Amino acid sequence: MKTKELLLDPVVKNNPIALQVLGICSALAVTSQLKQAAIMGAAVMIVTGISSAMVAMIRNKIPNSIRIIVQMTVAASAVIVADQFLKAYFFDVSKQMSVYIGLIITNCIVMGRMEGFAMKNGPWASFLDGVGNGFGYALLLLAVGIVRELFGSGKLFGISVMSLTTEGGWYQSNGLLLLPPSAFFIIGVLIWILRTFRPEQIEKE
Amino acid sequence: MLEEYLSLFIKSVFIENMALAFFLGMCTFLALSKKIETAIGLGIAVIIVQAVTVPANNFVYNNLLREGALSWAGYPEADLSFLGLISYIGVVAAIVQILEMVLDKYVPALYNALGIFLPLITVNCAILGGSLFMVERDYTFGQSVVYGIGSGTGWALAIVALAGIREKMAYSDVPVALRGLGITFITAGLMAIVFMAFAGIQL
Repeated sequence: MKTKELLLDPVVKNNPIALQVLGICSALAVTSQLKQAAIMGAAVMIVTGISSAMVAMIRNKIPNSIRIIVQMTVAASAVIVADQFLKAYFFDVSKQMSVYIGLIITNCIVMGRMEGFAMKNGPWASFLDGVGNGFGYALLLLAVGIVRELFGSGKLFGISVMSLTTEGGWYQSNGLLLLPPSAFFIIGVLIWILRTFRPEQIEKE
Repeated sequence: MLEEYLSLFIKSVFIENMALAFFLGMCTFLALSKKIETAIGLGIAVIIVQAVTVPANNFVYNNLLREGALSWAGYPEADLSFLGLISYIGVVAAIVQILEMVLDKYVPALYNALGIFLPLITVNCAILGGSLFMVERDYTFGQSVVYGIGSGTGWALAIVALAGIREKMAYSDVPVALRGLGITFITAGLMAIVFMAFAGIQL
């Protein structure tokens, strides 16, 4: 079935952060550096894909009344694997991101895809849908991360792109972008731009 | 002792505000802040749940999960801290469920006011985040009680304040495409900048 649509729809047409406003906690907290944003995006993509596929495999055996708990347990197991993997191979990054990796469990994207898609579809389709939604999320994280790191410290992935005045270069860095509140402004403006071109997405009063 | 608890409380309410300094519980923070009454109801529910779950998870961590914690059962070398995430979320889900049933049975008035918010709280990252911060900072049981109440209060304060601003915003002329979510993000950003001023306080 339409592999391409499953993968790409959530990226462009139905982006989970920009339109459904899901999972923004971590979008705000980990985007001051591109490296963190990339790792967070990858972790969410893998966790969403795997947990959706697992839930889809057992979807006919889950009693309806306890399905939320079951989904949460599945998601928590996937997050534990991701967390342990990061601790083993990217220890410094995992320390910097502190609790935010663990908080993928309560990221509404993961729960939303399991509840909304994986409970009704097969494992492969659910896996693709999970990865697609994770990818849409990762893309937005990267976009915010690029703006914040490039204009905030003149770097991309820690490599100096625009030389700073403090180091004898020409670029005067914008310190506000390194502070947490700037992520609110960037996402707010992003939504503003998106909705200017797609007025049908403006919520009714 | 009392002084230490007091400064931890002030710190968790203002300086390390869950919503505005760590961005936890953002989904509900933005979605349910249209009216002050809803915001107050949700805020109270978060304070109660946070005050119960953080100490409960502290107990679980110190007596079951941390390295050497199982020595009372004869396994001094066991280190189950990798099971942390799944245990904390389980504890949170169970406590919320129990709280819902207890309130329904004994305090129906409160249940009617908070009922719809309680299930939402299980997936609120402020709750899980509170427990994870508690573990990361290695609080004692007493500190975890204070931290739970404090961080819940801070979150409640932030959502009520945002709801107040949003109610007033009905009178302002916001650009059409920015209405609703967009302007809420920008308002929350300005509030976060204001709260950063507390970061200068040394306790």
